Amino acid sequence: MLVLSGIGIVVFGFLLRANPLLVVAAAALVTGLAAGLHPLAVLAVLGRAFNENRYVSLVFLPLPVIGLLERHGLQERARMLIGRLRNATAGRLLLAYLLMRQAFASVGLTAIGGHAQMVRPLIAPMAEAAAERAGPATAAARARIRAFAASADNVGAFFGEDIFVAVSSILLIKGFLGESGIAVQPLDLSLWAIPTALLALAIHGARLLLLDRRPASPTKVGES
Amino acid sequence: MITLHDVYVFAGLVFVAIAALSARDASNPRRFGNALFWGLIAVSFLFGSWLGDIANGILALALAALGGFRLLGVGVYTRDGEAERVASAYYRGDMLFLPALLIPVTAMLGTVVLKNIIVGGAPLIEPKQATVISLALGVAIAWVAASLWLREQPVVALQEGRRLMDAIGWASVLPQMLASLGAVFAVAGVGRIVGELAANTIPLGTPFATVVAYCLGMAVFTIVMGNAFAAFPVMTAAIGLPLVVHRFHGDPAIMAAIGMLSGFCGTLVTPMAANFNIVPTALLGLDRNAVIRTQWPTALLLLFCNTLLMYFLVFRFGTHHT
Repeated sequence: MLVLSGIGIVVFGFLLRANPLLVVAAAALVTGLAAGLHPLAVLAVLGRAFNENRYVSLVFLPLPVIGLLERHGLQERARMLIGRLRNATAGRLLLAYLLMRQAFASVGLTAIGGHAQMVRPLIAPMAEAAAERAGPATAAARARIRAFAASADNVGAFFGEDIFVAVSSILLIKGFLGESGIAVQPLDLSLWAIPTALLALAIHGARLLLLDRRPASPTKVGES
Repeated sequence: MITLHDVYVFAGLVFVAIAALSARDASNPRRFGNALFWGLIAVSFLFGSWLGDIANGILALALAALGGFRLLGVGVYTRDGEAERVASAYYRGDMLFLPALLIPVTAMLGTVVLKNIIVGGAPLIEPKQATVISLALGVAIAWVAASLWLREQPVVALQEGRRLMDAIGWASVLPQMLASLGAVFAVAGVGRIVGELAANTIPLGTPFATVVAYCLGMAVFTIVMGNAFAAFPVMTAAIGLPLVVHRFHGDPAIMAAIGMLSGFCGTLVTPMAANFNIVPTALLGLDRNAVIRTQWPTALLLLFCNTLLMYFLVFRFGTHHT
């Protein structure tokens, strides 16, 4: 039971809004020690996993190029592009992005999309510009739209990738069930991921469209 | 053969440059904190495979200390004003999108095509890492193309990269730290204990109760671990296989597929899934919880639907007979 203290540290750390890096490091050390590991052994487990997961940090690799293009007006150009699409609203644009992200992920192309190379330089500024067509939006409304742009990327990727037969989660399921003596076909697993994928598209898509109902500009009292 | 390690060397060299530029930025009051932070990340990428586990562990804790005790600052970056950017956007036109789109398009083509190309008896790229290697190739091509077209020295892109990395700051190593925490949890047997607790404390007398416990357990344990992959073996061994499949004769493929997706609902609401929920807030200049705040209604509704979906499907359909 004592080894669960790490979970407690994580929960309280996040609730108290302490710096997550310190919370996570403390939780790892406490959990390892509570399990009776030697401090150096804890350090070794921590270090090995940190090293083996370096690929996670490769998401930052496109940033120099994105930054260079931003310096030359990439975000501004993305806003102009939206100005030319007459029927584009923030909600419809993000719904289109959600659909695209999910469709590409479902055929294994998860590299198309992503927060660093698509959402920040292109999708978020386009959605903000679409919302501001009627007039300047409040800072809170613009922040809300940027957060929804990030959410469209996440929902599309999570609930699209499991339709693809060779994705890591499908392989994990197949391997785990195989060890338990149950043979399942990857195609069966991806087939049964489709109902949830459609529900995710319907639920989050509807919420994105509802975004257009919320006023982005400050209400102009007495102007009408 | 181009391997994942070559990509790490590329990333390491970029971070060496960012660290050096940070050290020279006199406008940043904590410039040596930044230089040390990005320098340690460069060391990790370049030499991590040779450092040994304990040295890597010390490196990880040093990064956590630098980031956690606010030893990173923000400098002044040479960036043209908004008027210049708008003028450039008019002047360059839609061509500006091309280098940005070159990255995902190269990643896509590389994943599909490059891994099948054999040069001198060996594949051109490490087939298992095709996507990551193709992404790095896309970055390299777009970097050269954009620098030539915009007539900028390569160092300008590095300065812009530094601007964006400084904006992300400490959050940039959080995903890797969380992966380390997951490894410690695994060694300490946290998953097994949570699974036993869940199986022993929740009343599981009916098919419906087991499905609810399994889906909810997947979501909650994913919230704790930050990763549905860590929750799946634990919850499936504790509730899914013994109860849903063996006692109540549910179909294992349907249970596993929908169970994993119930875990993904948890991923949408946990700060532990930092690369999806925390890093984007830094990239978009948002409050730390902003992305989770927009995602929780979707996650909750979808988890509810998923649970009903599993209940109505798992005992009726499927090809597997136990």
